[in-house]
Amino acid sequence: MRYAAGVDVGSTQTKAVVLDRAGAIVGRSLIDTGANVVTAAERAFGLALEDGGVAEGDVRFVIGTGYGRYKVEFGQAQVTEICCHARGAARMYPGTRTVLDMGGQDTKAIRVAEGGDVLDFCMNDKCAAGTGRFLQSAAAALDLGLGELGPLALKGTRPVKISTTCTVFAESEVLSWLARDKRIEDILLGVHRSIASRSIALLRRVGVERDIAFTGGVTKNEAMVGVLEEMLEAPLLVSPESHFMGALGAALFALERMDGGEIPAALAGKEAWA
Amino acid sequence: MITAGIDLGSSYTKAVVVDETGAILGRGIRATGFRLEAAAEETLGEALEQAGVPRADLAYLASTGNGRTMVSFRDLQVTDLTAQSWGARSLFPDTRTVLDVGGHTMKAMRVDGRGAVQSFRLNDKCAAGTGAFLEKTARYLGYRLEEIGGLVEESSEPVAISGVCAVFAESEVINHVSQGCAPADIMHGAMRSLIQRSVQLMKRVQMEPEFTLVGGIMRFPTMVRVMREHLGEGVNVPPEPLVQFTGAIGAAILARRRLEKKDAA
Repeated sequence: MRYAAGVDVGSTQTKAVVLDRAGAIVGRSLIDTGANVVTAAERAFGLALEDGGVAEGDVRFVIGTGYGRYKVEFGQAQVTEICCHARGAARMYPGTRTVLDMGGQDTKAIRVAEGGDVLDFCMNDKCAAGTGRFLQSAAAALDLGLGELGPLALKGTRPVKISTTCTVFAESEVLSWLARDKRIEDILLGVHRSIASRSIALLRRVGVERDIAFTGGVTKNEAMVGVLEEMLEAPLLVSPESHFMGALGAALFALERMDGGEIPAALAGKEAWA
Repeated sequence: MITAGIDLGSSYTKAVVVDETGAILGRGIRATGFRLEAAAEETLGEALEQAGVPRADLAYLASTGNGRTMVSFRDLQVTDLTAQSWGARSLFPDTRTVLDVGGHTMKAMRVDGRGAVQSFRLNDKCAAGTGAFLEKTARYLGYRLEEIGGLVEESSEPVAISGVCAVFAESEVINHVSQGCAPADIMHGAMRSLIQRSVQLMKRVQMEPEFTLVGGIMRFPTMVRVMREHLGEGVNVPPEPLVQFTGAIGAAILARRRLEKKDAA
C-alpha cells in the first residue's frame, strides 16, 4: 500500500494528514508548534502515521505547507497554505468558491475556482488584528482557556464595541470593559464580532461568493462560526475536518505528485509555489 | 501662584506642581491602571506633598493625556499635543519638532516659536512603534521593562527585526533565539526598528531642528544615541526623570496661562 501525506506547520499548531491512494484520510494529528518547528513537523508526521497504522516507508510523497513549510525537512516539496486550503476545501465541499482561513496569527480570504485552483487571495500580512491571536489576547486578559471563549460568547446578549485595532491593545481594552462592570459574555461577544468584521473586510476584498468554506483552527469556536454567519448572512461550510484543511490540501497535492503529476505553475500570478 | 498638570497616559499617570515661574516644585507618577480618577488623585497628592503645598493653595489644575476627561476635579483639559508642545518648549525653548513615544502611542509634531502645533502625526491603531512593542519583545525574551536599557547596552550588533507588528515580532524573536542570537542583539534590533518608525513619523510632519524627544523610552541611552545617528545635530532629551513629565509640565503651564488670562479679564 502506498500513501501520501501533508504536514501543515502553522504559527500556533502543526497538523498532519495521511491519505491512501483513493484520497481517503487514514491518519491525522494535531500538536502545538512550540519553539522548535523542525521537531514539531517530525512529531506531527509521526503521530499521524501512528494514528493510521501506516509505516513511514509506505508514504511515498510528503508536502509541507504553512509558515514553517521549509522546516518539513523530510518532505519532498512545499506548497503555500493558500493553495492547500483551497484544494482541501474544494475536495471536501466541491461547491466552495470562497475560503476563509482563520489561524493563530493570520487570516486569509481566498477565492477559488471549481476544482480548487486559487483565483485571488488576500491576507493580513502586516498586522495580527482579526486573527486567532486576538482571541488569545482576550483569553489571557480574562484568564480563560481558549476553548472557554466561544461558549461564553454564545451567552452574550449585548456585545460591547471593541474599538482597538491592535491585538496588543485589545488586552487592555478587555480589562477596561471589565472595570466598567460589563459582563464577560458581552465583552467576549464584542471581541468575536470585532474579529469577524475584520475578516469579512478581507473577504469582501476578494469578493464573497457562495459556497463559503471556513477553515483553520478558529473553526472550532462555535461563537465565531455563528457571528460570521450572522454578519455575512450566509451559511459557512465547516466540520471537524476544517482544522486540518491545509494539511489535507497538502496531502492531496502529494497524492497527485506521487502519481507522477507535475505541480502546476504559479496560480493567480501571486507567489503560489515556492 | 501654584498650578498643577496631570497627564493620564495609557501606561502611566504623571502629575507636577509648578510655581508662577514654571519651576517644578513636586512630581508624582504611578501606573494608570483602570481607575483613572484614583490615579490622578494619588499622583497629584504625591506631587503636592513633595512640593510642600496644601491642596487649598492650588490655584488651577489642567489634565491631559488620553484619560484627561476622567479627572472630575480638573479646571481645564488640554490635548496631549498642546501639552507636549508647551512642556518641551519650557525645557528647550528652540524646540521645533517633538517626538513622544508612550506606552500605547507614538506622536510626532512640529511646533512654531509660540508653541502652536503646526502639524502632527499619530500612530494610534498599532502597537508597533510604541513602548508596548519593546515591552512585548522584552517579555518574549524573558526580560522586564526596566531591564531593557541595560540589556541593549551589552549589544554589539543588532539583529534585523521587521517591526511591522508587535505580535508577529514574537515569531521573529523565537526564530532569532533558536538561531542562537544574543537577547541583547535582538532587543537592540527591536529598538532600532522602533526608531525607524519614529523617524518616518517625524518626516511626515516635515521635521526641523531642534528636536525634543520625550517619553519613558528616552531613558534608555541606546535609544537616544541611535536617534542622534538618524537626526544629527539639535537633539534634546529632558534629563531623567523629567523625560516622562513633559506632558504634565505643559498642562501645568497652560493652567497658569489660563488663570492669568482670566485674572486679567
